[in-house]
Parts: sequence; C-alpha cells; structure tokens
Amino acid sequence: MKVCEAMVKCLEAEGVLDIFGYPGAAICPFYDALSRSSIRHILVRSEQNAAHAASGYSRVSGKCGVCVATSGPGATNLISGIASAYMDSIPIVVLTGQVDSSLLGRDVFQEVDITGAVEPFIKHSFLVKDPARICRAIKEAFYIASTGRPGPVLVDVPVDVQERETRFSYPAEIQIRSYRPSSKGHAGQIRRAAEALRYADRPLLCVGGGAFAPGAGEALDRFLSKVRLPVVHTMMGIGAVPQTAPLKLGMIGVHGERGANLALNRADLLLLAGTRVADRSIPQPELLSHDKKVIHIDIDPAEIGKNIPADIPIVGDLGLVLDQLTAELSHLSFRDWEHEIGFYQHRAPSAHAGDWTDPALFLRELCRRLEPGAILAADVGQNQIWAARQFQVPFGRFLTSGGMGTMGYAIPAALGAKIAAPERQAVAVCGDGSFQMSMMELATLRQHGAGVKLIVFSNNRLGMVREFQQRQYGRTEAVALDGSPDFLTIAAAYGFPAFRVERDAEIPAALDALFRGEGTALLEVRVSPDEPTLPPELVEF
Amino acid sequence: MKRTISVLVENRAGVLSRVAGLFARRGFNIESLAVGPTAEAGVSCITIVADDRDNVMEQINKQLNKLIDVIKLKEYAPDELISRELLLIKVNAAAQNRGEIAELARLAGGKVCDITRSSMTIEYCDTPDRVENFLELCRTYGIKRVVRTGAAAIEKGQHPLSLDE
Repeated sequence: MKVCEAMVKCLEAEGVLDIFGYPGAAICPFYDALSRSSIRHILVRSEQNAAHAASGYSRVSGKCGVCVATSGPGATNLISGIASAYMDSIPIVVLTGQVDSSLLGRDVFQEVDITGAVEPFIKHSFLVKDPARICRAIKEAFYIASTGRPGPVLVDVPVDVQERETRFSYPAEIQIRSYRPSSKGHAGQIRRAAEALRYADRPLLCVGGGAFAPGAGEALDRFLSKVRLPVVHTMMGIGAVPQTAPLKLGMIGVHGERGANLALNRADLLLLAGTRVADRSIPQPELLSHDKKVIHIDIDPAEIGKNIPADIPIVGDLGLVLDQLTAELSHLSFRDWEHEIGFYQHRAPSAHAGDWTDPALFLRELCRRLEPGAILAADVGQNQIWAARQFQVPFGRFLTSGGMGTMGYAIPAALGAKIAAPERQAVAVCGDGSFQMSMMELATLRQHGAGVKLIVFSNNRLGMVREFQQRQYGRTEAVALDGSPDFLTIAAAYGFPAFRVERDAEIPAALDALFRGEGTALLEVRVSPDEPTLPPELVEF
Repeated sequence: MKRTISVLVENRAGVLSRVAGLFARRGFNIESLAVGPTAEAGVSCITIVADDRDNVMEQINKQLNKLIDVIKLKEYAPDELISRELLLIKVNAAAQNRGEIAELARLAGGKVCDITRSSMTIEYCDTPDRVENFLELCRTYGIKRVVRTGAAAIEKGQHPLSLDE
C-alpha cells in the first residue's frame, strides 16, 4: 500500500470522521487516497480556518480535530491556528504535504521548514522521510495530541514519500519512553491539600479550561456536592462550572465580574483547578499569593510555579485528582464565608453608551433563546468580552481563542463545532472587524450546509483597540473600518437570510427571524462606537 | 550559581534545535552546551551549563521535560560532578618564546599539537575553571584564536543517570 493510502487508513483506524483542509500540489497523493475513503473532507477557504475549525470540532466532540494543508504557504497559513490551539491546549492533528524529500533544503517552489517554524508553539511535530515510519508517526501524533496536556501535533510528509510503498500496521496501543503523562495526583499532596481545605476559613475554587478534560466535569460536580466551595472561573473555564454548583461568582480577571475578583482577593485559600494563571485572569499573581495558601492542580508540571507560587502543587489529571480529594474529605461548608460571598454575587450593572443596541441586553436575550447545549463561539475584541460576561446556557459551550486572542476564530470554530455536533445550535459572535477576517468561510458554511447563526456587532470600529487607545493615549488611530461592506448584502450574496438590529426594542423580532429555520443566517447588531467593555468604575483596573 | 543539566534525548533530527530554541525563547541563559552520543544506540546526551540567576532552574527543567524527545534529565550542583572542557588555542609564538610556552603548556597539563613560524596551537582539557585560568595565562603571548567545546560532565559516584528507572 502507498504511504498516502496508509495515512488515510490511519485516520480511519483512529476513528476520524471529518477533516478540514485545503489541497495543493504537495498533498495531492493524500487527497487522491482520501477520495476513496468515507472520511468527510470540509474544504475551507483559507488554511488558517482549517486549523480553527479543527479546534472547534475538537472542543465539542472531545476528540482530536484534524486539518490538512499543502506545503509552503498552505502550511504557513496554518500557523496562527496552530498557535491558538497550543495556547488553549486543544488537541488537533495537523497533516501537511512537503516538497520532494530529495529537494528538501534547496528552497524549491512552495518549500518551507514547517516543523521548524511551528516549533515554539506546538506540542510536537514529525517530518516523516521513511515510509516505514508513517503509521507509527500518525499514531504517536494522535496519542501525544490527546493525552497529558492536550495540544497540536504536526505530521509533515514529503510528496514523494506519500507515493512510496509501505506496510500498513496501525498500533492499537503505544508507549513512548520519553513521554509519560501523569494521571493520578501524589497521595501525600492530596492529603496536604485536604488538610489545608479543612483548616481554611475562606477557600475559593478557580476553574480553568482544564476542567473540560474528559471526566473532569463530573468529578467537579462530585467534589462540589461534598465541599461547598464558592467557585470562580477564567474565560477558558466558562461553562465548566457545573450547573449544580451552589456558590457561583462568575468570571475573574481584567474583564471579569467585580464580585469574582473581590472573592479572589479575600480568599485565604485558592484552589486552582486546570488553569495556568494567565495575565488576563490574574494580572498580578504575586500580589495575590502572599496572603493566601495556593493549591494548584495541573496536568502540566511546568504550569505549576510558573506564574504563581504554589504552596501545594498537585500534578495530575484534574478529574482523578478531584476524585482523590473528594474521597479524602468529609462534608465541608464555610458559613461565614458564604455569608460574605452573598454580597459578591450581585452583578454590577454593565455599562452601556448611546442610543444604539445594548450588546449586553442583546446577548442575554440571545442566550435565553438558545437551547440547552448550544455552542457559542466568540471572536476577539469587545464582542468577546460582552459575550463572555453574558454567556449563560445550560450545558452550553463557550468557545473562544482565550490565550492567543486570534481574531477571526469564531466563524471557523463554530463551523467545526457544528460539523462535530449537527444536533446542537451553533452561534458565532463577531465584531465587524473580526467578521471581515473570516467572512470567506460563509462559502464553507454554505457548501457543507452547516447551519451557524452569525452575529455581527457593528460600530464601524475596531472597538477594543479604540477603547484601549482612548484610555491610554486619549486619541485613536487606525481603528475606523470605513469601507466595510453591507453585511446583509454579503450574507445575501451567499444566499443566507440576514437581519439588522439598531435599537433594543427590535431585539425580540430580530431573534425570531434569526432562529427561523435551521440554516445559516446573519444578524447585524448596531452598537455605539463608544460602547465600552469595562464599566466606568473599573477603568483604572 | 552555575548549574549543570544532563539531558538524555532521542537522537532525532530537530532535537537540538528544540532544546536550544527553548532556552532562547524563554530567556534562559546557556553558558555552554555540549552534545554527543551515549553508549545506548539512538540516545544522545546534552550537557547544558546554565546560570540559575533568577531561580529559573525549576522552570528550565520542567520545560525541558515537556519536550517529547527528552527522555530524562538531571540537574547537578558543581560539587556533584566531574566536568571537563576541551580548549584548542592558537597563540603568537616566535622562536624566542616557544620554549616558555611549551613549558607553560606542559606544567598546566596541556599539549602542544601544532607549531608554525609564528604560532603554536595547544590542546588543553580540564575543568571549565582551569580552562579559563589557562586561557588567561596565554593572553600574555597574544591569542590568535580560541575554540572551546563546552563542558561535558558526569556525576560522581556509582549511580549513573540511566534510561531505566
């Protein structure tokens, strides 16, 4: 069998049903083999979006997303998508074609050292020159991407190698001597953590994106039903706190809830669960850690002690560690602290400027319309903050580029999510800036009949940058989006119904129209150019 | 304080660039780096000497461990190690001071390995500190060129760093 056929067989053996990609000369043998497979190929309109779509697919399906591109520009276009997946610990497997192996290093047409280029922001990569190594490389790629701290893995295969003969044998299980991700937490550390919790007066649980790891959600549920801890979460942790959690305070961070940040400051014990304490969630960890005990649970030992000193580090799978902790503890609650927390649970009213639509009100209405389990992909910019602060859907998923803040993420991520779970509603929330970074994917939505509801907040500005410039420099530059198209006409050009909201009063009717039918539809929401993300009293934050 | 890390890695394309790149992008300083095969086929040992200026060693170790091709690593304090560096040095040497330079090399435990009308080349292998001392002594004559390998190091005692746990 040819290597290219073996590559497809490996994907089939791995249970892959859908892949996102864009063909080109150096990956054509693979595509030829793919034409004889039942794997569905989703042709995107730019390679970067293949990686984002694979990310959205992975986050919703819980399996590795797969994307494919050709050598050179195809591969380099993937880079922002790979880096975004790396920063958010999303497991994706990236297949790239490479120029003829005999020509490597000669700067031939469409040659680029992609394994070298992505090295700083990828979990691992392979350049497969030996046909006998292809099956093992792909197996290792899936294994490495999806175990331990998940992340992207790239397999680069020269075009001549794809045409060579190999023997197909896909190992069911593999061991890599240099890669042994930890699973259970150290028993001694678990006991220390349990002890610290027992003696704490004001303990607080902070949940991050790691809580979406398989089994972690259920374990969190069991833990919280025994230990009545107040819970805050990071942006990556939106939707990870169980519905049943009794004391939810919302999102922490620069754009988080005031009450959540207050609780963070007041706590005498901080239990960090699957969060790396990034600067947007905890901008000054050194100020925070000096007066509280920090228990840090993470699958990646390198995250413990990196940004915040940990008194009790616990390396391990979050679900297993939480179950160990639950087993170690009897029922705990913290009456006085709960009483104090009660004052923090009142949400500060969000700021709103001008006569145009209130984005917070709109998003609350939108979430109210969404079915349980709906997926909302938020782009980057003010729209992301508005959506993050208002998102509330039972069993819903909030997808966003948290670590990288990659504009243009929402539409391809929602596409990937919808392909993974056609039965769930998928919404992409964009600004007029980020929409224009990936609006070419409207064609992909149409071609593959993926029904994604598109929300475009428009104010003819790069609003987040405007807000920052205004605050920092007192004037703005290069943020006017003059020349933007009429978004309703754009949608119409792809055959999608499209609507516009300019005033709060129009919201209900517009949402009715948006959700009429299962197919893709676009709703432009006009907001004021002066609409802020931060309430005025927090601006000095 | 200087610390030495012995890193056992899979001998694969790109592994050295991954290790070196990690130091560069995370702002860790490498004092010296030496790499070579081990007795085990397919396994190389990278010896890195780094400065633990801001208590970064823990992060360095953890980040190195994250690299998939890193099989095992261990960090050592200077007194736990036997450490050697090779110096090849070409100094100005006219006929009148050849004898003096040869005597210096001999006393220090080095070896003259090339002589021309105007220069002498000496090989000198010792601890990095003594290599540094010898280099200083050579300055008197005028140094034409210096090549150093970086430290290779092995732990003292009978329990070596090995692949099996």
